[in-house]
This record gives sequence, C-alpha cells and structure tokens, in this order.
Amino acid sequence: MGVATAWVSIIVLLPVAALAYQAKLGGWDSFWTAITSPDAVAALKLTLGVAFVLVVINAVFGTLIAWMLVRDSFPGLGVINTMIDLPFALPTIVAGLVLLILYGPGSPIGVNIAFTRTAVLVALLFETLPFVVRSVQPVLMELDREMEEAAASLGAPPFAVFRRVVLPTLAPSILSGCGLAFAKAIGEFGSVSLISGNLPFSTQVMSVLIYGQIESDNVAGAAALSIALLVIALIVLLLIGVAQRWGMRHEDAA
Amino acid sequence: MAISVEHVTKRFGDFVAVDDVSLEIEGGSLTALLGPSGSGKSTLLRVIAGLEVPDTGTVALLGNDVTRVPAHRRGIGFVFQHYAAFKHMTVAKNIAFGLEVRKRSKSEIKDRVAELIELVHLDGLGDRYPSQLSGGQRQRMALARALAVEPEVLLLDEPFGALDARVRKDLRDWLRRLHDEVHVTTVIVTHDQEEAMEVADRVVVMQSGRIEQEGDPVELYEHPVNKFVMGFIGPVSHLGDAMVRPHDIQIMLSPNGTTLPAVVERIVRLGFEVRVNLELDSGERLTAQITRDELDDLAIEQGASVFVRPRKLQEFSNAT
Amino acid sequence: MTARRWTVRLLALGYLSALLFIPVAMIAVRTFQNGIGPVWTAITDPNTVHALWLTLQITLIAVPLNTIFGICAAIAIVRYDFRGKALLNAFIALPFALSPVVVGLCLILTYGRTGWFGADLANQGIQVIFALPGMVLATIFVSLPFVAREVIPVLREIGTEQEQAAATLGASSAQTFFRVTLPAIRWGVVYGVVLTTARSIGEYGAVAVVSGRIIGVTETATIHVNTAYQSFDKVGAYSTALVLAVTALSTVLIMNLVNTRRGEG
Repeated sequence: MGVATAWVSIIVLLPVAALAYQAKLGGWDSFWTAITSPDAVAALKLTLGVAFVLVVINAVFGTLIAWMLVRDSFPGLGVINTMIDLPFALPTIVAGLVLLILYGPGSPIGVNIAFTRTAVLVALLFETLPFVVRSVQPVLMELDREMEEAAASLGAPPFAVFRRVVLPTLAPSILSGCGLAFAKAIGEFGSVSLISGNLPFSTQVMSVLIYGQIESDNVAGAAALSIALLVIALIVLLLIGVAQRWGMRHEDAA
Repeated sequence: MAISVEHVTKRFGDFVAVDDVSLEIEGGSLTALLGPSGSGKSTLLRVIAGLEVPDTGTVALLGNDVTRVPAHRRGIGFVFQHYAAFKHMTVAKNIAFGLEVRKRSKSEIKDRVAELIELVHLDGLGDRYPSQLSGGQRQRMALARALAVEPEVLLLDEPFGALDARVRKDLRDWLRRLHDEVHVTTVIVTHDQEEAMEVADRVVVMQSGRIEQEGDPVELYEHPVNKFVMGFIGPVSHLGDAMVRPHDIQIMLSPNGTTLPAVVERIVRLGFEVRVNLELDSGERLTAQITRDELDDLAIEQGASVFVRPRKLQEFSNAT
Repeated sequence: MTARRWTVRLLALGYLSALLFIPVAMIAVRTFQNGIGPVWTAITDPNTVHALWLTLQITLIAVPLNTIFGICAAIAIVRYDFRGKALLNAFIALPFALSPVVVGLCLILTYGRTGWFGADLANQGIQVIFALPGMVLATIFVSLPFVAREVIPVLREIGTEQEQAAATLGASSAQTFFRVTLPAIRWGVVYGVVLTTARSIGEYGAVAVVSGRIIGVTETATIHVNTAYQSFDKVGAYSTALVLAVTALSTVLIMNLVNTRRGEG
C-alpha cells in the first residue's frame, strides 16, 4: 500500500501539483489574460465545438456498431470486433498519418480535407471510436431479451421496443462512453496535429496551442490553458459519473 | 375455437422441440400445458404467441391464420416466468405500456391503470419501481400489464416458477378466481401437476415435443392412456408391470385370497394423511395412502405383517 | 426484419470502413508503393534504428514498474480501507483526463531548468528533461492506470476466501500472494500489461514535449515518424509508421486472445 501511494505521488501527484503551482504563481490576472487571448478563445471554441459534434456522432454510430457486434452474425464479425480496439493500440501520430494518406493531398479517392476543421473531427472520431462501442457492448449482451419480447407481446413494433425499452437501459453506458470520448477528444494531440495543419484561429486545437506555448517558452501561459482544459475534462467526467449513478437507480439490489 | 394449432413443428438445430402438434383450445377456457422440462410446452406457447416461428404448421387465433403475423400484432397477452418487468419504469408505467403504444388518451390510460392496480391488489404501489416489489407483487404487475390491453388470449409461461411455495399457492388460487371473473381464454405452461390439476379446466400433457393426452383433470387422473401420463399426473406404485395409486391400495390384517403378503417398513404421518411404506415378499416396494382413522383401526406398527389388495390396477399395452 | 438488419450492417460497416479499415490498410499500400527496397533502407537508417531502440528501452523500463505498481495499488484499494483511498483512485484515473501535452508540461515544471527540482538536479549533473529519464517518466505517467484498472475488478470478484483458506493452511503473506493471489489475477495482469505496453510504445505528445526531439538522440519511434514526415521523407515516415502499425495490430490480436482465455477462466 505504501508502495502504491509513493509511486503515485512521485509520478502523478508531484508534476500535477507543479502545474497548479505554476498557474497560481502568475496570479489570477495573467491566468485570465492567457485564457482570454484571441487564439486561446478560438482554439477553445474549436476544441469544444468539435468535441460536442463528436459526442453525438459517437453516441449514434457507437451504439449502432455495438448492436451489430452483439445481435448480428456473419463470417468475419469476430475479426471486426477485434479491430475495434485498434485506435486504442495505434500510436496517435500513426493514426494521423494513416488518415492523411486517405483523406489528404494525394488521396487515392480524391478527398482532401487536410487543413480543415473536418479533418480535426475525422481524426478525433478515429481516436474515440472504441469508447462508446466497448461501453455499450457488455450492457447489450446482458440485456434481458424477455423485456423486448414482453414489449412486443404488448403490441410495440420493433422501433418502439428499441426506443422505449432498450435505449433507456443502454443510456448510462452510452453516456459513460461519450464522457470518455469527450475527455480524450479535447486533449488529443498527435493525430490532430498532423492532419489539421494547426492553422491558428482556424484549425488549431487547445492541445496544439499549449504545445506552441511550451515551445516558445511561455510556460505560464501554457500552464493556464492546461488548467482550463483539465477543469473542463474533470467537470465532464464528474457529470457523467452522476448521470450513470442516476441511470442505475432502478437496478435490482440482487 | 379461440386457438387452433395444426401440425406445428419447431426445431432448434438438431433438437426437435415441438413435433407435429395439433391442438384446439376453446374460448374462455383455462388450459394447462403440463410436462417435464424439454417437453416442448414452453416452445408451443411461444409459437402461439408469435415469439417463435414454427418450421411447419399453422396457428390460428379466433379463426384468423396468424402464422406469419409478428407477435406485436396478435393481440395476445404474455406473462414470463421471470416477470420481464421494465426496470426503468414505475409499476403504473409498466401497466400502461400497452395502452401507450396504442396511443390511447391520457385519461383513458389513467383510469384503466387504476382499475387494474385495484384488480391485482397493488393499491398504493403504482409509483414504485419493480426492484422495490416482492416476486409475487412483480408477477401480479406483469399480469395486470398483460391484461391492460384486453387481449383475446392470455398466455402464461411457468408464471409462478420463480416464487416461494407459499406465494405460489396463493397466486394459483388468485389466478383461478381472476379467470372466473374475467373469462379470458388462458393457457398456462407448468411442470407442476398439482398446479395444473388445481387451476385448469383442461390439461394437455406433453413429453418430448408431443401431446400424450388431453382432457379435464379428473379424466386424466382416472383414465390415463399410458404409463407416462399416469406417473406424471399423480403418485404411483408399481406392481409388476402394472401401476396403482397409493390410495387404491387396501391394507388388511388377514388374507382373503386376492391379497398379497407384505411387511410394513415405515409409517409416515402427515396430519390427516398417512403413508405406509410396504415391502412385498417379491421384494417390490409399495407406498399406500390411508387416513388417520384407518391407521387407528388397523393398529399396525413398523415391522408388522399385513396383506395388501390393490383396488384398481392400471395396465398398459405398450411401455411408454 | 432483414431490411433492418441490412440497414444496420450497411451503416455500421460503412462507417467503420471509411474511418478505420481502409485508412489502416492504406499504410501498407503506400509504404510499399515503390517496392521493398526504399522501405528497407528507411528502416535500417541509423536514426530510425535508434528511434526504435529508444522506444523499446523506455517500454522495458516503464512496463514492469507500472505492473508492480498496478498490482500493489489494486490490492491496496480492494483489500484495505484507508483514508485517502478515494484520492488514490482519482489520481490513478488522472492520466486519462490529461492531454499528453499537458503531461509533458507538468514534467517540465517539475524537473525542468526553471522547475521545482531543476536547480538541484542541474547541480547534481542529472538531466531529466531533454533526456532519457524525462521520457521514461512521461511514458510511465501516461501508462500508469492500465494494470491497476484491469486487476481491480478481478481482485474484487475473486473475493478473499481463497486467501483466507491459504492462511488457515499455514501460508505466510508472501506465500499466499505468490501461490494464490497472483495466479488468480493473472489474466487481468496480462491484459493490463498488454495495454500498458501498447500505450508506452505508442505515446507521442507527452514524450515529444519532454524530449526536445533531438534527432538520433531523444527521438522515439513515434516522434521519428513526425520528424520524417515534416522533412518530406515520406518513405521514412511511412516505413516507421508501418512498423508501429504492425506492432499495434499484434497487440490487438493478443488482447483478443487474452480475452478469450479470460472467458474460459
């Protein structure tokens, strides 16, 4: 137990404390200036904007993919199931490169979205693909089929069964996956940096802006932006935790 | 005929769950599908409900061929062994489900739900969630839910199987009384012969996907067509190749030419009923059932030598 | 019913193909566009080799350390009650919430020249930032949670009965740990190790910030991909990326294998 706390303290606690200290060091004024500077505001808008769109797309497609993986069956489905984890394992920079090949200049299908906001979205969708799928899958597998049959026997056509019975049961897991996807998306660096071109005020996300600040030795500014990003991530994760517990309130004690 | 099943077969892979079964069920009756696990009774019920599609054969409800009609358009009510409650909805919402799906008016739904809650004695529990109810309460809710849309046919799949013995008995009585009041054509699947005999107008005994016999409880008890039915419907003792009911074994103190000698192995008193375990000279064992008064008259004890005479023996031409 | 099934299939597979399958397949196509020769040259280039070797070194340090930590933390969290348990849990989860770039920043603020320990370390002649130690610390930070997170639920599920039985049979704590506990959690540990390794190999942002990206000295494989691409060495970039992609693919296949084994207990 002592080992654990010591390790965590050195590795995680210390550096994060240093971050908080640094931000505090400059005082509230410089903190405020840093996060309200025009490029910071632009980066924040872009980061959060894309993240929200991403969450919606992930919620829909993630659930759809999980549905197919659990309820369908055809040769090759097992392979596809395994491949879903690829974005977890693939280095972010390689992901960026890979998307650039297909959707950038020199694209074999003539699609070039490099240096656009769409590129940011696509890169992040790639990176966050597994989150909702893996979150929903186990819940879907455990779902009591008899509830769906009961709904059908009571006269509900298939889509009504999905909307009124299945979806409410899946909601907590979808939210959970979305929360994780959101947190990952707002901090993602490697994949986005390559394909978006990092044009300030246009396709520059927060993580890239922070990177730039570090490179130009503006550590204080970088620290301020980092704290802002961290706070947002923590708030979202907290809300997700609350939503999950609320969604589980009707579960049987057994 | 409210329900008409003709030559239905259903396979799951290599396993034949229902094997060329035909059955007619009268409107307003309470029929039990009785049999051991694997007999196909649940599958048959689900085929009638539309939750399974038969490989061959037809199903007709009230004269209409519904074989290709999906479950949600058959106008049936279904009650599951493990309740299948909508966990995320209150009791009231659960019961209202069928009505909401049919887009009835809010006031109509409210009235009907209140009516049903009273009918199944769940007064005051409308705003609770299923996880807050006992097993018996959940099943009553499931019944109310199924009845809400006034189905033509009510199908129950081992509805009391997951409940305690005491609750099971209570709900059994209650179901019969409900049926007498509401008169919906009801089919109940059970593996408990006591349940079937107590509750149903007609009993259909099934084994290995086929119907062994159907009739009213008395007929099945008194005139079983084969060994399986006799053995399943009630307790039996074997005498050579024949079968005899325990209460048809008469114990006497002296022989009279038609009796067999036996030794009393054990006497078990169960209140009014007394069971006497006997061993014949041949080594065969019988269990006789007599009343407490008869035991007092005989005044026998463990180890006593007596004579037994079967009052009514059943012999069957082929072994089943 | 079949219409619905096909709609789901089409949408799901279409999305997956456009986003995942085709792009990943493309890396192989593009890399070998001009034949194997250029690819081989690129991979055997001294800078590339150094980068791959550096990645390996870092991984070989980070993974075992995090594994030991993960097991200790899991045992502490599941089996004991102590003040600050919630905090420990939170800090283990923290690496997930932090952007890799921010992680790098934190480390610079702690160990950099102007950081908390910067002056002290400089006096001792120890360089953390822009050197291997910093890169190792960054990698350990980001891959910290995996073993702990995988082992905690397993530990919870097996309960204390087996360990108690071992104690009644006379086993010491250490014996119980190695003969009873560890084997019981082995698949959780293996899965966690696989994830930790994948993360260590694949980390980019945090290491990029902390290392200074000095070619041939503090470049990991992932950083090398970027450097090569930025200097228009497409073949170099693609080749290294391919090596990493193949590694990632193997990781995913191993993950799947382990999961199947777990299912069988």
